[in-house]
Amino acid sequence: MTVIVWIAEGTWPACVDAARRHAPAGSGIVLLHVSGPGAPGAAHGAYAGLLGRARPARDPGPRVASLAAAAAAELLAAAAERLGRPCGTVERVGRVEREVVAAAEGAELLVLARDGDRGHLGPRGLGPAGRFVVDHAPCPVLLVRPEPVSGQ
Amino acid sequence: MNSSFAELLSVGLLVLVLGCAVVRPWGWPEAVVAVPAAGVLVATGAIAPAHARAEAAQLGPVIGFLAAVLVLAQLCDDEGLFQACGAWMARSAAGRPRRLLVQVFGLASVITAVLSLDATIVLLTPVVFATAARLGARPKPHVYACTHLSNTASLLLPVSNLTNLLAFAASGLGFVRFAGLMALPWLVAIGVEYVVLRRFFAADLDAGARAEPVGEAPELPLFALLTVGGTLAGFVLASALGVDPAWAALLGALVLAVRALVRRRSTPVAIVRSAALPFLAFVLALGIVVRAVVDNGLATALTHLVPGGTALPALLGIAVLAAVLANVINNLPAVLVLLPLTAPAGPGAVLAVLLGVNIGPNLTYAGSLATLLWRRIVREHESEVDLGEFTRLGLLVVPAALLLSVVALWVSLHLLGG
Repeated sequence: MTVIVWIAEGTWPACVDAARRHAPAGSGIVLLHVSGPGAPGAAHGAYAGLLGRARPARDPGPRVASLAAAAAAELLAAAAERLGRPCGTVERVGRVEREVVAAAEGAELLVLARDGDRGHLGPRGLGPAGRFVVDHAPCPVLLVRPEPVSGQ
Repeated sequence: MNSSFAELLSVGLLVLVLGCAVVRPWGWPEAVVAVPAAGVLVATGAIAPAHARAEAAQLGPVIGFLAAVLVLAQLCDDEGLFQACGAWMARSAAGRPRRLLVQVFGLASVITAVLSLDATIVLLTPVVFATAARLGARPKPHVYACTHLSNTASLLLPVSNLTNLLAFAASGLGFVRFAGLMALPWLVAIGVEYVVLRRFFAADLDAGARAEPVGEAPELPLFALLTVGGTLAGFVLASALGVDPAWAALLGALVLAVRALVRRRSTPVAIVRSAALPFLAFVLALGIVVRAVVDNGLATALTHLVPGGTALPALLGIAVLAAVLANVINNLPAVLVLLPLTAPAGPGAVLAVLLGVNIGPNLTYAGSLATLLWRRIVREHESEVDLGEFTRLGLLVVPAALLLSVVALWVSLHLLGG
């Protein structure tokens, strides 16, 4: 049995804990992180706006992209350590919700955390990415509540 | 020379210069096309040599000023100023992404205002991303704050943006008076950005971050901070004494350059490179080409479009026109076209142009439709920014920030006198 655990900044510890509790012994756990194009793209776009000053070596877009890759690797390592069980790690780059759905193809379980507004009751408790994944996941989904945030 | 041919030639060359600046064929510096284009216009008589000389005389000191600020910002980075800012933010915002956002807003606004928007985009943005990642916070709200503020927060001082330096030269305002009139619009525009970004990225900010303190206490690069502070004081002093504030920027850059060279932290070549010399030639040439377009008939054509006077509706009309133009042809040529048309109406009209060209670029990706189209065609990067998200954010921020900051400018003009 393959269990995919979606590791996202801020909410991942709850997902790792849920996987530890609910993934049957002997199942293959895969920790998945997806880097969205938003941050490197915004940095690149802002640089393209500096008409006349653009030298490729100074473009912050690629630098942010490589920082993102390093941060993702670090996050996956921290998640693997918290899990404390043998596991695989996968890093993908692209539209986050679509990549998660694609990565869950063939898996038996997908673990993810609520990613929306945790301050109020209502449908916004799932953000757009979480809603898309829950709607389109090709396998059963375990939706967990992240740790409580301050003010709740 | 036949005047309609001169107009056709100058418009054609402007399109060519802007097109090449966007596409950068074979990786050429923009000046490779712009300088010969300006030469052709002077040689064919499409622009009177006296006008070309006047344009060059006006632009020369302005771009020298910018070069000094670019060098100053790079040397501050070499001194570790931006790294120290990142370490400080990481320590005090641990576990609280909203607090990090407030800090990014404060820092990006000040750095953009003092060291120009180039510093925020090139030097601060990667530091902010790294800081958010180190905290385990979602980086997007903070990176978007940086890129948006590099435009919006560049309203305050003449040195914050090349567009400001151009307007500063044309407006006849002193350094302190310019800052005084723009302070309120600057604060209002940043306030609108903050409210909108905080709501827009509420889910990302709610996700939380690591709470444990990270890293050692950062060492403050005191020398760089004092030099920047001294340079700022120099701007004010030079303005009071009637000296060009560019000298203060040059002095600040020299102080840090000498220190960097003595400590072998930089090389003369690296320092000269950070002044972006081909860029200076490009701006000079672009100024002459735009002047030829304006002289040969665009001025007459646009005069009907540019509202006269400095009443609130006129200021609003000017700012909206400038924002639209900035989104179509980029803010630099937009300001070059609009300055000669608005300068006769006084500093209020010139500052309204600045509100438009500085806030407007946040409406479309990279602040220019031309750049946007090019990026859609070329797709040189595998992962593209989510244009829908970027545009939605721009549509929420730009109209509100533009309207409210124009009102703030109008209030400032009434309180301080136009």
